[in-house]
Amino acid sequence: MLTLTHFLVLSAIIFSISLAGVFINRKNVIILLMCVELMLLAVNTNFIAFSYFLNDTAGQVFVFFILTVAAAEAAIGLAILVVLFRNKRTINVEELDTLKG
Amino acid sequence: MFSNLPLLSLVIWTPIIGGMLVLATGSKNSIEAKVLSLLVSLVTLALSIPLYTQFDSSLASMQFEELIPWITTFHINYHIGIDGISMPLIVLTTFISVIVIIAGWEVISYKTAQYMAAFLILEGLMIGTFAAMDAMLFYVFWEALLIPMFVIIGIWGGPNRVYATIKFFLYTFLGSVLMLISLLYLYMHAADVNGVGTFNIQDLHKLPLALNAQILIFLSFLLAFAVKVPMWPVHTWLPDAHVEAPTGGSVVLAAIMLKLGGYGFVRFSLPITPDASMTLDWLVILLSLIAIVYIGFVALVQADMKKLIAYSSISHMGFVTLGFFLLWKITDNTGSASGAVLGLEGAMVQMISHGFISAAMFLSVGVLYDRMHSRMIKDYGGVVNTMPAFASFAVFFAMANAGLPGTSGFVGEFMVIMAAFKANFWYAFLAAITLILGAAYTLWMIKRVVFGAIANEQVEHLEDMSGREFFMMLLLALAVLAIGLYPAPLLDVMHATIDNLVAHISVSKIP
Amino acid sequence: MFENYSDSSVYLAIVLAPLIGSIIAGIFNTYISRAVAHTVTIAGVGLSFILAVFVFKYFAFDDAQVYNETVYTWLVSDGIRFEIGFLVDNLTSMMLLVVSFVSLMVHLYTIGYMQEDPGYKRFFSYISLFTFSMYMLVMSNNFLQLFFGWEAVGLVSYLLIGFYYQKESAIFANMKAFLVNRVGDFGFILGIAAVLMVFNTLDYADVFSMANSKADLMIEIIPGSQWSMMTLMCILLFIGAMGKSAQVPLHVWLPDSMEGPTPISALIHAATMVTAGIFMVTRMSPLFELSETALSFIMVIGAITALFMGFLGVIQNDIKRVVAYSTLSQLGYMTVALGASAYSAAVFHLMTHAFFKALLFLAAGSVIIGMHHVQDIRQMGGLKKYMPITYWTSLLGTLALIGFPGFSGFFSKDSIIEAVHASHLVGSDFAYYAVLAGVFITALYSLRLFFIVFHGRERMDQHTKAHLKESPWVVTVPLVLLAIPSVIIGGMTISSVLYGDYFSNVVFVQHGHDVLGHLKEEYHGPMAMVLHGVTSAPFFLMVAGIATAWVLYMKRPEWPAKIKNSFGLIYDILDNKYGFDAFNEKVIAGGTRGIGHVLSKFGDIMIIDGFVVNGSAKSVAWFSSIIRQVQTGYLYHYAFAMILGLIGLLALAVF
Repeated sequence: MLTLTHFLVLSAIIFSISLAGVFINRKNVIILLMCVELMLLAVNTNFIAFSYFLNDTAGQVFVFFILTVAAAEAAIGLAILVVLFRNKRTINVEELDTLKG
Repeated sequence: MFSNLPLLSLVIWTPIIGGMLVLATGSKNSIEAKVLSLLVSLVTLALSIPLYTQFDSSLASMQFEELIPWITTFHINYHIGIDGISMPLIVLTTFISVIVIIAGWEVISYKTAQYMAAFLILEGLMIGTFAAMDAMLFYVFWEALLIPMFVIIGIWGGPNRVYATIKFFLYTFLGSVLMLISLLYLYMHAADVNGVGTFNIQDLHKLPLALNAQILIFLSFLLAFAVKVPMWPVHTWLPDAHVEAPTGGSVVLAAIMLKLGGYGFVRFSLPITPDASMTLDWLVILLSLIAIVYIGFVALVQADMKKLIAYSSISHMGFVTLGFFLLWKITDNTGSASGAVLGLEGAMVQMISHGFISAAMFLSVGVLYDRMHSRMIKDYGGVVNTMPAFASFAVFFAMANAGLPGTSGFVGEFMVIMAAFKANFWYAFLAAITLILGAAYTLWMIKRVVFGAIANEQVEHLEDMSGREFFMMLLLALAVLAIGLYPAPLLDVMHATIDNLVAHISVSKIP
Repeated sequence: MFENYSDSSVYLAIVLAPLIGSIIAGIFNTYISRAVAHTVTIAGVGLSFILAVFVFKYFAFDDAQVYNETVYTWLVSDGIRFEIGFLVDNLTSMMLLVVSFVSLMVHLYTIGYMQEDPGYKRFFSYISLFTFSMYMLVMSNNFLQLFFGWEAVGLVSYLLIGFYYQKESAIFANMKAFLVNRVGDFGFILGIAAVLMVFNTLDYADVFSMANSKADLMIEIIPGSQWSMMTLMCILLFIGAMGKSAQVPLHVWLPDSMEGPTPISALIHAATMVTAGIFMVTRMSPLFELSETALSFIMVIGAITALFMGFLGVIQNDIKRVVAYSTLSQLGYMTVALGASAYSAAVFHLMTHAFFKALLFLAAGSVIIGMHHVQDIRQMGGLKKYMPITYWTSLLGTLALIGFPGFSGFFSKDSIIEAVHASHLVGSDFAYYAVLAGVFITALYSLRLFFIVFHGRERMDQHTKAHLKESPWVVTVPLVLLAIPSVIIGGMTISSVLYGDYFSNVVFVQHGHDVLGHLKEEYHGPMAMVLHGVTSAPFFLMVAGIATAWVLYMKRPEWPAKIKNSFGLIYDILDNKYGFDAFNEKVIAGGTRGIGHVLSKFGDIMIIDGFVVNGSAKSVAWFSSIIRQVQTGYLYHYAFAMILGLIGLLALAVF
């Protein structure tokens, strides 16, 4: 029998994997974007799980919002990525340090 | 006839709104912008004249008061009014502003409209600072006027203007932040004592305060006002700002903005913290005397005319702060307060007089700079040969700067020295050294710049003053002479207020 | 001309007439012709002279009451009224007459002296302005207005010394004059402050009436030592007089002031302005009488000036500088008289000196015109036959200066010497011998100048010689008009001015100091004084001086050079004017500039600006340069930091 705990643990694991992806990944910005998407999925999982177990559909409504935002974000993120590549000729995270103080 | 007009508000807002209108003309219509600016400044001057003529000098209380609630939650009001201290300063401001507009007439070709507008807005803000009766309103005006000045030096200034503007801004800002904290404390304290907080300056005057609180407040006020005056050792922004500022900027800076510091002492420090003033009067007197003597020496060796005049301003402003804080030493020395009023009124006259003289001195340098594009003394010599009318004015204002009797420069110095002698022989002794040093640095500059044989080819081709330049010099010369020969009308408007102030600060506020 | 001597409009007219002339000639300079300029100014001064004559008549002969009225209130502060007002009494009326007469003569003379000068109109404007200022000074009824006039004459003096503004030496001299005078004014204004502190008013009448009651006041200047307030006040006031009346060590500006045109040397730097200090001390005799210390101080300073400045006159070669040093020495005599409480004698000498010294300067100017602006006496000689009027008037002036019995200078100077002799103050012995020796020196340098210029070999070049002629009438008429009082005024007025009661309501002398009262017992009229004079020590010293000058410069003209060579050290000291100029230039002026440089470089630029202001800016920059290391620019570092923060916050929330 699947309980709420299982879902929460699963989403925590997905979240942690994506988090680790954000700061362990040193190669490709695309992976970063994917990790961000994964984080949102983890959150969505939580929402759906709560929605089901607490009998509140509002959680599923939020998931739709998040999905919409995530799609927009992915689009914008990729667009930025393309521009970045055009300017810098690289998407290697190690070489992107214009924020350096 | 105008009795129901909000005259004071009109004087404040006419130049500000007029300045906005000038901005709206854009940079292309520079003639329209100039004419409009001149009109606005003249209207403001005209509006400020009834402030003098309808001023009842027998009253110590605020006149032309206006009160409109502003931020009611914190009991902050748009509350303005004038008394014998602020009225002359306001009239000085409107007068000098007209001169500044005329001074920029042909000289400023880059972004003329913006230049004029900045000065008009600055004028309104300065008048607002002098007129504000609400501490928060005062603070808003006080900080807001940094912006146009910052812009004026930053855009129309000399090559090193960025350093000068930042120095100017940070210096003055540093001082005023602590003042804000003090004002907030006073608000809270008033809430504790009276049950309701207030920013009304006159209510703050009456607010009882323990000595240690007074001392902290006094010190924070001191920093704010000392930077503005400026007093030694927080004076070094002034020479840099003057050197980089355009002529008009120097004029406003020296003639009016420095007076804000002096005004702050009489409006805030003395009446709000009289006991701390008594405890720490030695500090202010010491700094003032250092300013007078030390800066006199420093002025002597300056190679840049504007720097020299800037230092001379600091030295002259030393008399202002000295005159303000003599009361307690006089009482200690002679057993009576007789003489304190003399010192305070002398300091006030010194502020007004310095407004005219320093304006004239900076304009003189401006007249030369516009022709030769140099402020260095060594580039000049024998100007009198080619510019006799200018030379006459230059010598006249130099004499006024050296405190020659018959010019306004003498009146304030004389009164303060007279009062200082009552406090302590050495105060008067050190203050009177300015008689020698002031004459030395001013006349030495005059000797090297104005007199002598023609020094070089550029001087040989100088043209004498234009009608415009002559006119503004003449206005200032007449003002300097009028105050020097007959200062009584100027002093008559102050008596009631100053007497009241002395009576107020002679009484302890410690609960 | 006017019925009522106390009519204030008369006094206003005296003061304002030259001012209006000055304004017309000055401000409308470019719009009027030369003739208009000199006409209006001379008319102004002429009018004031005529009125001054009437005023003098009223006070001297008609026993007029003292006029003391306020013109307007300058300002009121702290209950103290500072006013502009006129006090006219016997002293003032005499000063008015002297000033207006000499000024009128100088105005006339200027027409001739300055006729080729491009600054003609400006010059007339200045000298009329000077006349106005001097009137304000002598007519003031309070200390404030006195200071006004005091500084105003200083200003005009500044403008006139620097009249030839292209000459470097002139513009140096005028600045020097103004600054040295400012040193005096520094003391003066402190003295005024002391007066205000003690009496709470600056009005002469009020101050003098209260003076006695405040005589014992003390002041603690240096903690622990009590000083007499009166002594302090008087010495401070006298420092002002030292500046204006060029007493050692503030005398250095007067010789240099000869850079100005000669007419103003006569008017300002001989006859009137430099005597303002003498006038001031006399006016304040009720205060000075209260402090014997101050009187002794005055006497010693005066004696030093009288003697040592005389020495310098002996070696000068510039015709005007010789007369200038003579002026210094004579001012010393007046000051000595003040110190001996012989105020009347000082003012009496002031008056006679004004006439004969103005005469000598104008005569020197006449010589300079004749010599085409050569001032070196070594290039003159034998001018007697070319310039007879100048010669004879100079002779009269010289005799008056050296105090030849019967001439006006004799009466005044002899009285001073006798007065000092009778004084018992500390320093009076020194002063007596100094002024006595001064008589010899005066005769020596005066006759030296006279012989070298007017007698002996003609040393000028041929060109100058060919054009040598007597000056025009506008020059010689003032000489003659001045020569008359130089000869007779002393004998005419001594009985009333010095030994009569002319000054009895002006000058206040304490009983113990009353040297003139003492002398009065032995005074039996001017004739008797002349007869007694030819048998007294000063007369023999004077004759010795004349004889020495005659031997050295007429009989044996080669001796002075020999003397110079054998007393090289003394000559050098005198030539360097005792080193005052070098000291002032190097130590005072150089020191001041040095302090300025040090304070500017180290105080302002290094410590305040460099260390504190820019230092704090730099330390902020240094701190942020360390902190910025955290900002690597790598996204994963930021993300890691976020996680850490999150964990931290969570930990805080949980525990």
